[in-house]
Amino acid sequence: MIDEFLRPFDFEFFRNGLMVATMAGALCGAIGVYVVLKGMSYIGHGLSHAIFGGFAASSLIGVNFFLGAGVWGIASALMINGVTRRRLLGSDAAIGVITTASFALGLALFAIFGTQGRSFDAALFGSILGVGTDDVIAIFIVCLLAGTLIFLRYRALLFTTFDPEVADVAGVNTARMDALLMVILAGSILATMQVLGVTLIAAALVIPAAIARMLTNSFARMLQFATGIGAFCGFVGMNLSYHLDIQSGPTVVLTAATLFAIVFIVTGATGRRRAAGITAPVPPSAARAPSAPVTARAD
Amino acid sequence: MSGSAERAQLLGLAAVTCGYASDAVLVDVDLAIREREFVGIVGPSGAGKTTVLRVIAGSLKPAHGTVTRRKGLRMAYVPQVETINWSFPVTVRECVLMARVKGRLLPWASRAEHAQVAEVLDKLDIGELAGRHIRELSGGQQQRVFIARALLGEPQLLLMDEPTSGVDVRLRHEVLHLLDDLNARGLAIVLTTHDLNGIAAHLPRVVCLNRSVIGDGAPTEVLTSDVLERTYGASMQVLEHGGMPVVVDSYQSARAAAPQSVRSHL
Repeated sequence: MIDEFLRPFDFEFFRNGLMVATMAGALCGAIGVYVVLKGMSYIGHGLSHAIFGGFAASSLIGVNFFLGAGVWGIASALMINGVTRRRLLGSDAAIGVITTASFALGLALFAIFGTQGRSFDAALFGSILGVGTDDVIAIFIVCLLAGTLIFLRYRALLFTTFDPEVADVAGVNTARMDALLMVILAGSILATMQVLGVTLIAAALVIPAAIARMLTNSFARMLQFATGIGAFCGFVGMNLSYHLDIQSGPTVVLTAATLFAIVFIVTGATGRRRAAGITAPVPPSAARAPSAPVTARAD
Repeated sequence: MSGSAERAQLLGLAAVTCGYASDAVLVDVDLAIREREFVGIVGPSGAGKTTVLRVIAGSLKPAHGTVTRRKGLRMAYVPQVETINWSFPVTVRECVLMARVKGRLLPWASRAEHAQVAEVLDKLDIGELAGRHIRELSGGQQQRVFIARALLGEPQLLLMDEPTSGVDVRLRHEVLHLLDDLNARGLAIVLTTHDLNGIAAHLPRVVCLNRSVIGDGAPTEVLTSDVLERTYGASMQVLEHGGMPVVVDSYQSARAAAPQSVRSHL
């Protein structure tokens, strides 16, 4: 039994995939807390599709996947952020236009020029085949950078997430915080894309955060729980992927969904009340009126 | 007001015009706030009360006019409780600590910060609630949490947006007493309200606002039928009760004065 469990660890591709899935799961879990609490789930979903366009383009012109898709993803993220903040379009419309256009471009590029390098299916549904040591190092760097940014800007990110308008009064550069969050989100999606595929990344962002929300009323603990849960789901899901011979994306997501169902049942009414809250929008008046107290020092 | 006029000015708005997009919400507003003042801004919905607070706080820049603040002025803002996302996973302690967004890079609070939070919560009689989620509190306790957060920054000027909006009489008195106490300790307070009789009539200074300042002074000077009609666009009567002005709209007063046979037609 134990031998059977340990057998895949003999393969380098599996060890690499496992490390990538675990690190990416932790990263998505952490950033997912902000995504869920800011009501940005659709952005996470859309951005993963936008990055697919960059994936296709980088595959076509033969540049490094992380470079091509990364630049594309960050540009898309900042574009969405800019359009939304300036209220040129509603956020849903902005995300819909920018990300689906980018995804469609990726599909068109694959249709015209065919697949080169990483496979089309792997990009859509995830695969650990072909995950090399370089990829592990790249994802480790992404995780390290994202983790450092979240750690050092924890207070400002929390304030901006809870109440951007009043955080602004308190002297927090909320525009910069929003941009930072979008860049970290793009990096997280990029790191996760190989293992989960663009179609399932939204689940990796949302489910660990939703589970964590059912378990606690504290932001700090929610962030810690979601990170741990994301890593756990990546690790378990990747093992299941090997043993059940299913693509890694579905197994990671199904592991998370199963854990969600268990926690949903175990925590009962308390968990349900908390989880219901995470999708509760801030009242419209909060969009214009400051909605939390702060202190500010005048110039 | 003479004593107030002698105090040092904390901030001033001079001919401020501003708004959202192309709509001017405030037009040529002049307003000065001095040390230890307790000012109520009243006016109908859409009069620009919250906008004035935002201009004072600095989150909204005026299109025209100037805002001058005393150098180093520490301000705190307490929003309407209705605008807060009560489902957000944040405990009372975490919420209050948001006021310390600057000055420390580490996510967790220092021992000194914990002590300061405990002190301010104790001062407001909610010290035992530090570990509770913000939704698990009564209305009065919720209001105190956000006041505690404001006080953590040791402000000289406290801005409060509709602190008694949607609260019952008991809570209104509770909040008012708390603010009175804070003002007596030297904190300048500016609040907005719809509640003319509940709060505005009790404050030493009332500003009637409807896009521009219609009246500014002591309640007995400002709460007159003429000023209120120009502020609210509706006829109002001001009665006196116990030395304080009591505002009733003309419809109510006419109905109360009319004989029973006529009331049904009013």
